[in-house]
Amino acid sequence: MQPLFEARGISKSYGSIIGCSDVNLTLYPGEVIGIVGESGSGKSTLLNCLSAQIIPDNGEVLFRSPSHGDVNILQLTEANQRYLARTEWAYVHQNPRDGLRMSVSAGGNIGERLMNIGNRHYGNIRDTAEDWMERVELNVGRIDHRPSTFSGGMQQRLQIARNLVTGPRLIFMDEPTGGLDVSVQARLLDLLRSLVQKLSLSVIIVTHDLAVVRMLADKMVVMQRGNVVETGLADQVLDDPQHPYTQLLVSSILRV
Amino acid sequence: MTSINPNSMTDDYNFAYLDEQTKRMIRRGLLKAIAIPGYQVPFASREMPMPYGWGTGGVQVTSACLTPDDTIKVIDQGADDTTNAVSIRQFFEKTALVNTTTDTEAASLIQTRHRIPEHDLSEGQILVYQVPIPEPLRFLEPRERETRKMHALSEYGLMHVKLYEDIAHHGHIATSYAYPVKVEERYVMDPSPIPKFDNPKMANCPALQLFGAGREQRLYAIPPYCNVVSLDFEDYPFTRLKADTICALCAANDSYLDEVIIDDSGTRMYVCSDTHYCEDRQSKGHTGTANSLDDPDNVDRPISNKGGDNAASV
Ligand SMILES: Nc1ncnc2c1ncn2[C@@H]1O[C@H](COP(=O)(O)OP(=O)(O)OP(=O)(O)O)[C@@H](O)[C@H]1O
Ligand SMILES: [Mg+2]
Ligand SMILES: [Zn+2]
Repeated sequence: MQPLFEARGISKSYGSIIGCSDVNLTLYPGEVIGIVGESGSGKSTLLNCLSAQIIPDNGEVLFRSPSHGDVNILQLTEANQRYLARTEWAYVHQNPRDGLRMSVSAGGNIGERLMNIGNRHYGNIRDTAEDWMERVELNVGRIDHRPSTFSGGMQQRLQIARNLVTGPRLIFMDEPTGGLDVSVQARLLDLLRSLVQKLSLSVIIVTHDLAVVRMLADKMVVMQRGNVVETGLADQVLDDPQHPYTQLLVSSILRV
Repeated sequence: MTSINPNSMTDDYNFAYLDEQTKRMIRRGLLKAIAIPGYQVPFASREMPMPYGWGTGGVQVTSACLTPDDTIKVIDQGADDTTNAVSIRQFFEKTALVNTTTDTEAASLIQTRHRIPEHDLSEGQILVYQVPIPEPLRFLEPRERETRKMHALSEYGLMHVKLYEDIAHHGHIATSYAYPVKVEERYVMDPSPIPKFDNPKMANCPALQLFGAGREQRLYAIPPYCNVVSLDFEDYPFTRLKADTICALCAANDSYLDEVIIDDSGTRMYVCSDTHYCEDRQSKGHTGTANSLDDPDNVDRPISNKGGDNAASV
C-alpha cells in the first residue's frame, strides 16, 4: 500500500526556541497516528506544520490528493492549500470556538464547507446537515440553534460534523477531548472511534492523554523538547516502551 | 494647502472643494476600480466638511469626477429634498458652481444614498453611491486580513451561509437591503443599502456606477454593461420584493414604494420613493387613489412580483 501522507525533516524554531526538530512521519490510508508528549514538547507546532497552518523552516510534506495527485503541500499556491484544507483535509481544534462560527446555526456551520465547494441547493444542504447531526449524535431538532447554546461536548461533536461533511481523507486533531469532563470525553472518544472505523478515516491526533492513544491510535509518536524520541505501533510502545522518557510517560499514567 | 481667506471663503475653495492632488489620487483609485469590477480599492479618504454617515465617500468621488459642464442630481432614499440631499447639492453648487437638477434624465452625475432612480440611466451618466460598509463578508468574518484573502481566492461560501441562515430562521431570504451581488462572475460586492428591488438595475446598466466609502476608505465600481448577479439558492431564487400595491399619488405599479404616514391619526399610504419619478408621472396625468378618489377608472391595479428575477436581469 502507498502512503497517503508523508512528512520529511520537519523543523520549526521560534527564534532561539525549538518548536520541533527534524521530524519524519508516514501515514497510510485508514491509519491513526497519535502524537504524545508533555506540554511544550512541540506537538501543536508539528501538527500545524503538517497541516500547512505554519510554514516550517525545513522539510517537506507530501500528500496523495484525489483531486491534485501527489502534491508537495508546502509548494502549493495558497489558493490550493486552502482548497485542500477545506475539502480533502479537516482540522479539529481543541477549543470548539476556534473551529466553529459561534454566531451561525448548527446547520449553517455544517453547511459552510458544502457551500464553499459550490453547493447551491438549500434543501440538499439542509438534508446533509441533518444527516451529519444524526451521525455525531446531535438532536436534529437543534439544527437552527447556535453553538453557543450547546454544551462543550455537543460543540465538539458539531465541530467534527462540520469538518467531515465534505468527506475529507485526512483529519488533523489537536487535543479534541482536551477541555471536556471525563464522562463527556469517553463518549466523544467512542464516537471518534466509530467514525474512524466506519469512514476509514486517516487521522493525526495530538494528545497528552495516553488513554486516547490506546483507544484510537494504530501508531504513536513520542515527542520530547521538539524531538521524536520513539515511534512504533501504539500497543507495542505503550506495553513495552524503549526510550526512558516514554517509560516515564507510561509509568506515570499507570500510577494514576 | 492654501490658508483660508476670511474675506472670501468660497472663492478660496478649489473647484469642487478637494485640491487637484487629492482628486488625482481618487481618480487613480477609480480607474483601478473600473478596471477590476467589484474589487474594493483602498484610498486615503480626506476630512470633509461634514460628518461620516453624511456621504463623505460619495462626495469625494463626485468631487473627483465633476467638470464645470456637469449637471448634478443628489438623492437620499430616492428624494431630492431631504436635508442630506439638499446640503450635498448646495455644497457642489457653492464649491463647483455646477448646474443642479432633480430630473434623472437631465443629470450627468447623480449622487445617491439608498436608491437607484426608477428612470433608466443612459450612457455617459455617472451614478455615485454613498457606502457605509463596503465589505459584504464583514458580518460573519470580522477579520479584515481574512476577508481580503477570501476575495483574492474567490472563497465566497460564507456569503451563502448568510443566506442559508436567513432561510433557516425566516423561511425565505430575509435580506432586503444591501443584498450581495457577484460582478462579472468574479468579485462579490455590497451594493450599499439599496433595497434589493434595485439590484437588477445594476446589471447591464449603460451608466458608470461608482461607490465611495469615506470612513472605511474604499472605492469600487461597476463599469457600464456589466454582468451583476444577486446571490441566491437554486431552490430559493432571488426575488425583487415590492409592496403588493401601487403608488397612491401616481398609480405607478413598477416603482419602489415607501410607506408614509399622512396625518396625525396615523393614516398610511404607499408612494413612490423616487420623488422625481412620481412627480413626472403626475405631471403626465397619472393619478393614484390619494388624488383621484372620484375617478376610480383612472387607478391602475397592483401587480405582484414573484419568481426568480436574476434570470431576467442578466
Ligand atoms: N508562536 C510561538 N512563539 C514562540 N514560541 C512558541 C510559539 N508556539 C510555540 N512556542 C514554543 O514552542 C515549543 C513547543 O510548543 P507547542 O505549542 O508546539 O507544544 P505542545 O506540545 O503543543 O504543548 P501543549 O501540550 O501545552 O499544547 C514551546 O517551547 C513553546 O513555548
Ligand atoms: Mg499544543
Ligand atoms: Zn408615484
